[in-house]
Amino acid sequence: MAASPRIIVVGGGLAGLAAVIKIAEAGGTVDLFSIVPVKRSHSVCAQGGINAAKNLKGEGDTTDQHFDDTIYGGDFLANQTPVKAMCEAAPAIIDLLDRMGVPFNRTPEGLLDFRRFGGTLYHRTAFAGATTGQQLLYALDEQVRRYEAEGKVKKYEGWEFLSAIIDSKGVARGITALDLRSMELRAFPADAIIMATGGNGALFGKSTNSVACTGSAQAALYQQGAFYANGEFIQVHPTCIPGEDKLRLMSESARGEGGRVWVPRTAGDPRPVKQIPESERWYFLEEWYPKYGNLVPRDVATRAIHKVVYEHGLGLDGQPMVYLDLTHIDRETLNRKLEGILEIYEKFVGDDPRDVPMKIFPGMHYTMGGLWVDFNQMTNIPGIFAAGECEYQYHGANRLGANSLVSCIFGGFVSGPNALRYAKNLPAAEGDGGAAAELTRQTEINHKLISNEGTENPFKLWRELGQTMTEHATVIRYNKGLKLADQKIVDLLARYKKVNLADKSQWANTSFAFARQLKNMLELSRVVVQGALLRDESRGAHYKPDFPDRDDEKFLKTTKAAFAGEGAGPRFEYEDVDTQFIKPRPRRYDATK
Amino acid sequence: MANRTVAIEIKRQASPDSPSVWEKFELEWRPGMNVISAMMEIAANPVTADGRPTTPITYDSNCLEEICGSCAMRINGKARMACSALVDNLEQPIRVEPLSKFPLVRDLQVDRSVLFENLMAVKAWVPVDGTYDLGSGPRVFPQQQEANYPLSNCISCTCCMEVCPQFNEATGFVGAATIAQVKLFNNHPTGKVFKEERLRALAGDGGIQECGFAQNCVEACPKQIPLTDAISDISRDVLIQKAKDLLRT
Repeated sequence: MAASPRIIVVGGGLAGLAAVIKIAEAGGTVDLFSIVPVKRSHSVCAQGGINAAKNLKGEGDTTDQHFDDTIYGGDFLANQTPVKAMCEAAPAIIDLLDRMGVPFNRTPEGLLDFRRFGGTLYHRTAFAGATTGQQLLYALDEQVRRYEAEGKVKKYEGWEFLSAIIDSKGVARGITALDLRSMELRAFPADAIIMATGGNGALFGKSTNSVACTGSAQAALYQQGAFYANGEFIQVHPTCIPGEDKLRLMSESARGEGGRVWVPRTAGDPRPVKQIPESERWYFLEEWYPKYGNLVPRDVATRAIHKVVYEHGLGLDGQPMVYLDLTHIDRETLNRKLEGILEIYEKFVGDDPRDVPMKIFPGMHYTMGGLWVDFNQMTNIPGIFAAGECEYQYHGANRLGANSLVSCIFGGFVSGPNALRYAKNLPAAEGDGGAAAELTRQTEINHKLISNEGTENPFKLWRELGQTMTEHATVIRYNKGLKLADQKIVDLLARYKKVNLADKSQWANTSFAFARQLKNMLELSRVVVQGALLRDESRGAHYKPDFPDRDDEKFLKTTKAAFAGEGAGPRFEYEDVDTQFIKPRPRRYDATK
Repeated sequence: MANRTVAIEIKRQASPDSPSVWEKFELEWRPGMNVISAMMEIAANPVTADGRPTTPITYDSNCLEEICGSCAMRINGKARMACSALVDNLEQPIRVEPLSKFPLVRDLQVDRSVLFENLMAVKAWVPVDGTYDLGSGPRVFPQQQEANYPLSNCISCTCCMEVCPQFNEATGFVGAATIAQVKLFNNHPTGKVFKEERLRALAGDGGIQECGFAQNCVEACPKQIPLTDAISDISRDVLIQKAKDLLRT
C-alpha cells in the first residue's frame, strides 16, 4: 500500500484540471502532463455555456428534465447511471465555478443568467459572454496554480504522453512521456493515471478542434489493451466557418439568442442578402421542427443543412453554405451576449455579423466516443482512469450543446477521488513495474522513426487521412464508402512505414512528434470507420441512408473496440446499455417528445 | 488568378545557441489563408523559394481562433497572433519572426513561462474554501460583471509585454497582463482578500512603477483589454497601499 500515492494526470483542460483540484484538495500530490501550457488547452474554445437545471427562470426545470433531455438527445446510447449523476451534480458545479470567480452573465438582480441551447425547451445554460470555456478553464487553472504554489502539483508542460507502463499483471504503473523541447524520453512511475486528453478532431484533418486534439494518447492506450468505446459517434456541428487551417466554430449560442438559419428559396438568388424579402427566405429548421425550431440538436440541424444544400441544391452561391442570421437582433444585446463569437467571425471572414448574415457550414466538432470506462471512470487497464472528451460516457450517440463543459468537470471530479482511493489500496509494484521494458520499446520506436529512409511526408499523409475521413465518416455514411475509407487507411499505414522526416534533429522537432501522433491517428481512424461500418442503423450523429431507423434490438449497445495487433486493426464486441431509469422511445424533434 | 503566390520570409534558428537565418518561401495563394495555414503548407512541402529542402517551422499554436494565446509572433514587425493574421491583409513579403523579449527555443517558438510565474507571484486566484457544495457565489450585478469580463479575457499571449519598452531584464517589469489580473482579482468579492498582498507584490522592483506609460500594450492587445486603465487604477492602489504600510510601521 502506498502511503503517499503518486497520481499522474495527462491533459490540462477542464477535465484534467478538475481531477487535479480534487486530488490536491484531498491532500494528494499530482504530476500534471500537458502538451501545451495548461491555460492554452482546447477547453478555451467552448463558447456558449454550461448546462445545469438551476431553474432560475420560473420554468419548472429540474435535474430529471436535464437527465431526460441528455439521454433523449443522445438517442438512448448513454449509460443512464452516470448521466443521471452528472445532471444532479450540475447545479452545484455552477455554484462552485461562480465562487471561483467565473464572470458569468448576470440578471439585473445580480443572479446568474441562463440562455437556451439546443435540444431543450428550458433556459438551462449559464454563460460568460460567448467565451464560457475560456472563463471556466481559467478559473480551474487559477485554482491549480494555487496548489502548484503550495507544492501539491508539479506541472510538466510541453511533455507529450507516449504510453502507459504496464506491469506483468496488467496493472498500470506509470507513463512514458516525451519532452517536446529536448526530445528526452522518460519514464514516470505512478500509482494511478488519469487521462484527460480531449477529442480526436485531427482524424478528420480540419475540424473545430485545436491542434493538440489528435486522439493520439487514447489511441496509444487502445493499442496497449484499453477498450475504445462508441468510436463511430462523431458530432458534426451545424454552424462552422470553413477555413484553410481549421473550421472555426460559430457557437450554438447564436441560435440560443435568437439566430435563424435560412437560405433563399431560389437557387442563386442574385439580390443582396438584405434585400431578399421574408417571403422568399426559407427558414427550413423552423418549418421542419416547429417546436424546437433553430434549436434542434446538432445532428438534426446538420443533416437538415446537408439536405438543403445537397438535395434541394439551395447552398449559397452554389457552395455548401447557409445563412445564420442575427441581424434582426439589436447590436447592444448581441455585444453583451455574443461578442466573443461575433469577433471571431469578423476577424476571420471580414464581415460584421451584426449587419450581414453569417455564412456557415457543418464541420467535425466533438468526439462522443472514447476510452471505455466504468462508472468510476476507470478504463479496463487497472490504474488508468479517463475523464472528459477522451472517454465515452456522458453523451451517447449525440452530445447536447453546453453539456460538454459540465461532463468534463464532473468526470474530473469523479475520477480524481477514485484514482486517489485506488492508488492508496494498490500493492507496491514488483521491481520497476515494467518501466525499463516500456522505455526500451519507446526508444526503439523513436529510433526507427528518426532514422527511417523513405519518401513519405507525414503531413501529406495526414491530409489524405482527413479527406477520406471527412468524406466517408461524417454526416452521411454508406457501407461502401466506409469500406473504401478503411482500405485507404490500411494503405496509409503501409505508406507510413516509408515516412521520412525532413527534420532529423533532436531539439523541438515538431515533425517527429507529429509523426508519432499520426501513427496513432491512423489506428484510431480504423476504429471509427469499422465501428460505423458494423453499426447498420441510424442513431444520433451516426446516420446511414441505407439503414435510416434506429434498431434497438440489435444496436442499443455500446461498441467496444480492442486492438487485435499490428495490421489486424480493431476487433469488436458489444455491451448492453444501462437503461434502468428511462425507457427508450423514438427520438423525434418535429413533435413534442 | 492562376498561379497567384504568396511570398513569406521566416526567421529561423535551430536552437537557442545557433545563429539565425532568414528563409524565403513562395506558396500558392489560397482564399482565407493565414500565417498558420502558410506554415502548415510549408510543413507538407518543406522547400524554400529557391528550391532548397528545409525543415518544417517550429512554432506554438493550438486553437487557431485567437483564444488560446499560443501563436504570438512578430509579423511584419508587429507582435500579434499568427492565426488571425490573414495573408490578404498583409504586405508581402510577409516577414515572420519570433517574439524578441523571451528566451528563444527554436524558430518561432519562445519560452513565455515568465507570465505564469508572475501570475503565481500575485496570487491571481480566488481562494475558495473548497470544491464541495457551499451554495451559490456572491451576488454580482451586471455592471460589475461587464467591468470584470474584459479583464478575464486575457489570453496570456504576452503581446503587451513584447511591445513594452520597459519589459526587459534591466527593469524586471512584470508587464501589463499581470497588472490587469491583479485588478480583476482585487475587484472580486472573495478574491480581494489578497488585495494588499497583491499590491505589495507590485510595489517593489519590477513592479508597477516601472511602467513608462508608453501605452504600446493597449494598442497591441488582441483582446482590447483596457490595460492602461488597469495600470492607472492599480498604480493608485499601490501608492495608497504604500502610504498605509508606511503609517503602520
